[in-house]
Amino acid sequence: MSRAETDASELVDLGRSVVERARAAGADVAEASVHSGSHLSVKVRLREPELVEEAGSRALGLRVMLGQRVASTYTSDLSPAGQKLLIEDALELAKLSEPDEFAGPPEASALSGQGDWADLDTFDDAVSGILAEEALERALVGERAAFDSDPRITNSEGASFTRARGGSALVTSGGFSGSDVGTYASVVVTPVADDEGGKKRRGYHWSASRHYADLEPSAAVGQEAARRTLAQLGAKKLPTQELPVIFDKDAARSILGLFAGCVLGGSIWRKSSYLLGRVGSQVASNLVTIVDDPLVPRGPGSRAFDGEGLLSRRNLVVQNGELQTYLLDTYSGRKLGLESTASASRSPSGGISASTSNLTLQPGTVSRDALIADTAHGLYVTGMMGFGFNAVTGDFSRGASGFLIENGELAHPVSEVTISLNLDELLKRIDAVADDIDHRTSIASPTFRVSSMTLAGT
Amino acid sequence: MTGRYHAPFAERGSHAIDADIANRLLRVAMEQGGDYADLFFEYSVSGSYAYDEQILKSARRAVSMGLGVRVMKGDATGYAYCEELSLEAMQRAARTAAQIAAGGAEVTPIQVEARAIPDRYPVAIESIDVEGAAKKALLERADRAARAADPRVIRVDASLAEGVREILVANSLGHMARDRQPMMRFGVRVIADDDGNRQSGSSGGGGRVGLDYFENKSPEWHAEQAVQQALVMLDAREAPAGEMDVVLGPGDSGILLHEAVGHGLEADFNRKKTSNYSDCVGEEVASALCTVVDDASLTGSRGSINIDDEGQLPTRSVLIEHGVLRGYMQDRHSAEYFGTTPDGHGRRESFRSHPMPRMTNTMLLAGEDDPDDIIRSVQRGVYAKKFGGGQVDIANGDFVFSLTEGYLIEDGKLTAPLKGVNLIGNGPDSMRKVQMLGHDFEVSDGIWTCGKDGQSVPVGVGCPTIKISAMTVGGTQVGGA
Repeated sequence: MSRAETDASELVDLGRSVVERARAAGADVAEASVHSGSHLSVKVRLREPELVEEAGSRALGLRVMLGQRVASTYTSDLSPAGQKLLIEDALELAKLSEPDEFAGPPEASALSGQGDWADLDTFDDAVSGILAEEALERALVGERAAFDSDPRITNSEGASFTRARGGSALVTSGGFSGSDVGTYASVVVTPVADDEGGKKRRGYHWSASRHYADLEPSAAVGQEAARRTLAQLGAKKLPTQELPVIFDKDAARSILGLFAGCVLGGSIWRKSSYLLGRVGSQVASNLVTIVDDPLVPRGPGSRAFDGEGLLSRRNLVVQNGELQTYLLDTYSGRKLGLESTASASRSPSGGISASTSNLTLQPGTVSRDALIADTAHGLYVTGMMGFGFNAVTGDFSRGASGFLIENGELAHPVSEVTISLNLDELLKRIDAVADDIDHRTSIASPTFRVSSMTLAGT
Repeated sequence: MTGRYHAPFAERGSHAIDADIANRLLRVAMEQGGDYADLFFEYSVSGSYAYDEQILKSARRAVSMGLGVRVMKGDATGYAYCEELSLEAMQRAARTAAQIAAGGAEVTPIQVEARAIPDRYPVAIESIDVEGAAKKALLERADRAARAADPRVIRVDASLAEGVREILVANSLGHMARDRQPMMRFGVRVIADDDGNRQSGSSGGGGRVGLDYFENKSPEWHAEQAVQQALVMLDAREAPAGEMDVVLGPGDSGILLHEAVGHGLEADFNRKKTSNYSDCVGEEVASALCTVVDDASLTGSRGSINIDDEGQLPTRSVLIEHGVLRGYMQDRHSAEYFGTTPDGHGRRESFRSHPMPRMTNTMLLAGEDDPDDIIRSVQRGVYAKKFGGGQVDIANGDFVFSLTEGYLIEDGKLTAPLKGVNLIGNGPDSMRKVQMLGHDFEVSDGIWTCGKDGQSVPVGVGCPTIKISAMTVGGTQVGGA
């Protein structure tokens, strides 16, 4: 057995033992999740090491049911006394909860088993083997590349490199047992430049991957970070107006993330989403197709089975603008009279809710540059700030920074403005989708354009 | 000791840590030639109860425990942690952290001594030790009151989160201190539906208090507030877009201070000269009306602490006095750089993270204006009452914060409620535009959590009614609403 497999089987054994003890103590349903992880995280600043952090950790989550009463507990104290308290507390809390007729694990016949699971290639031994010296070197190279690329880069918030490995196991009294291991490496560079009036401009760029070989070279990350920092120099406000807005892929991903929160089962049955009752109707322009796919090899959000043990599957969420389905776990499915879409996610502390896996807005065919060239006057958004989104109504208003587009070209940088439009309307006004998606993040979108939004400025 | 939850590292715990063990571990941590080392033991228990669809639907509890070891050499930090309090595991963590100073050196003997600390959260009975049924009853009361308040209320979520965090800090300077930090937070969220028009409202509060909190503010009061907010929002209209006068209500608006000023005055950014307040001590950075303090000593406030997570004793730091920048918020590392004393702002999320300069209770002190006069002075603008949160880019000072309840001001009167809207500004710029300050200073009821570098810590904010001329309001209505 490989190191990863050994680790995983230890986690399963611990989970099984907790489930057995919880059942013996009176739980009708017991579900244990076990997590283990280790990481090395280094940071350099001004060409010197600033932080070297290394640690490993383990934790146990337990969810029990007494009849239809639910409770969950969590502990990082894995001593016998810690485990005993975990089980006792869970049962005591379950006695306090009230029966919830919809609670309960999926039907045993719906559970997946080892033979069903796809190999998603999320583990790379090369990542676990990286030592502090190498990690520091990768960070140093990134920061140096930022400084070397332009003398106007005068300061730095540093560059960091992290490698992590994680394992988890889920064992349920309903008959499921499975484990999952993964690795992750990332490099981030954050240079700073001086701007007028004592303002500093800070930009950043990063790369992250499951496999070490897929990580972008640090020098390229540093150069891109420097370019992004310098591009902001001389940023100005704009007058208040209505105008077309292009969201670059980072900003577009953030918009897609807001939509994602509104399509999850929990927000639907809680009537907390503007998408309530909208399946089968138009929720975006016909250029928009959104897919949630947990089965992407090496994907940041990939999972072979969901947090309740159901076999993962690709879900078409929006097709040509029409909402096809919500993303559901068993509980939200029962609340809505629907089947689970195998989208359950179990938090380390034991709660279960639907979540996205790898959610992508499908790329179009035009290039990003062609999209800008096709815009006579508009705003190109590269960053957003704040939390101005109301999921119940879809009202959206956030701080934005980026560039003015004049005659099909990026003109001066823009900051300290807000952009506003109800999300429902925003997605319907998407009139172009570019082809430039990247898959660093579990929610990913290409650049797209919204035909008109309100910009508030001077 | 009473109650069920106590740190194993407490004086009579199963893994009691005394000065001897601390001295030994610190010695290992310093063995490679570090300049400074500290040990941070933490035991934290949290619980939550969620009342939803008229039943107590879920109850949760979590225990997290471990030791974080930090070793510093120059500006470099080595950090390691372990979750098992065996001597072997703790020594391994100390050795790992020590590697940052790869050299080896004679270690002068370390003799830690216990520090006396203040008592800023005298809670007789911690919420975590109260039987669950009492908390369930509080949630039921909120639920019942919200449903009774108006037939348009279609959903009520009431929740109670509680916790206690026990810490022990010992450092190579010879300090050792223990603290037990309780926390309680209550919240009600409702959704009202008027013929398909759905709006939410919420209200919450708490702090380092016990359940006696509800003697002053009942669950029914919070329910009423939440329902009122949702009902008001049913009539909300689109907000105007553009620059106009903004009046911020007392209490919660302190979040503006936190974003616009607070983060930029954390000493790490200024040591690194990446804040737009770098090298500005002694300069005028705000209107002369403004005095801003960060005060860890408020009794029972969510942001209050007896000791910081480096074992330092926090006090009241004057950041801005009558518009002039007086100083930054220091942790030990930055205080050394600035040649000043650490003032107790070194905080961390947990034993898994290293400390950084962080805020405690950040407040803009009261002025002399009558709040009604302030509103009367505005021809056309926005009154901000409740906030969803904020964010700042400390490099350039741009900040945003989002309103969850706001009103249009027309001819000196509050008129229509406004749909969710963002305010955006620049820290120093907005602070210079403070034109009036009310005499109605309030500390926000404890709900705020501050995030920095991926670490969350509880904070408090406070302020009086504030008038800022010309802030950008991010509505949708260009040219008038």
